[in-house]
Amino acid sequence: MVTLGHYLIVSGLLFTIGFAGVLLRRNIIIIFMSLELMLNAANLSLVAFSRFRLDAAGMPNYNAQVFVFFIITVAAAEVAVGLAIIVALYRARQTTHVEDVSSLKF
Amino acid sequence: MPSFLFWLFAFVMLGFGAAVVINRNPIASALSLVLCFMGLSALFMSLDAFFIGIIQVLVYAGAVMVLFLFIIMLLDLRAETRRKTNVVAVVGGSAVALAFFLQVYFVVGQLSAAKEPFPPLGPSKMDDVRNVGLLLFSNYTLPFQIIGVLVLVATIGVIVLSKRELR
Repeated sequence: MVTLGHYLIVSGLLFTIGFAGVLLRRNIIIIFMSLELMLNAANLSLVAFSRFRLDAAGMPNYNAQVFVFFIITVAAAEVAVGLAIIVALYRARQTTHVEDVSSLKF
Repeated sequence: MPSFLFWLFAFVMLGFGAAVVINRNPIASALSLVLCFMGLSALFMSLDAFFIGIIQVLVYAGAVMVLFLFIIMLLDLRAETRRKTNVVAVVGGSAVALAFFLQVYFVVGQLSAAKEPFPPLGPSKMDDVRNVGLLLFSNYTLPFQIIGVLVLVATIGVIVLSKRELR
């Protein structure tokens, strides 16, 4: 029997994978993909809660699904701007490695 | 939803999600991310969120990943050469990620609702797109308009950033 807890644990695992990717990898593009994984893990738990709390008519709670829709839209805009910044960085420094970009490091 | 399908898609999603982080080659990572999002979309559909599942495939696997692959092609990235790894950073990063997961695990374990199965849906006809759309254009009209402006600003921002010389 699949319960709400299963979905929450799977969502937590996906978030952990993305989190580990951001912390461990040094390639900016991979870090960016890991950020997408984290956003999607949050979406999965939102949709699971939406299905879990039915309203009086027995329908899922669509407020959460509208929220997920907004998150996906913002993530798409973020990817476009972020990749443009990565291209600009590559033109200036010829690198996508975070350790080569340390001018702001304290 | 039969539970073996849940396990199948959860393992597809988590396996390819891990492959994104583990692969050395950025193109292999990007393709693993596509399959990870396919598994996630199947999980959305298992939760009766068909609209969200479809836009997950259209927006992420369709648009965002093409953008990623295009940038990887444009920058001509090869599999990165193995550099000297900072052992402290790797161990510390793994420990923080593991601590985060254990925290989630224990919080979910204490949640009494987490052990209940999903209640059955009501008798009314499921019409996902209609219900989400009604809500989007009634209660959430202002956020929807703001999102439109945000996408416009992002588009202009990308054009400005992509110009040859930044001023």
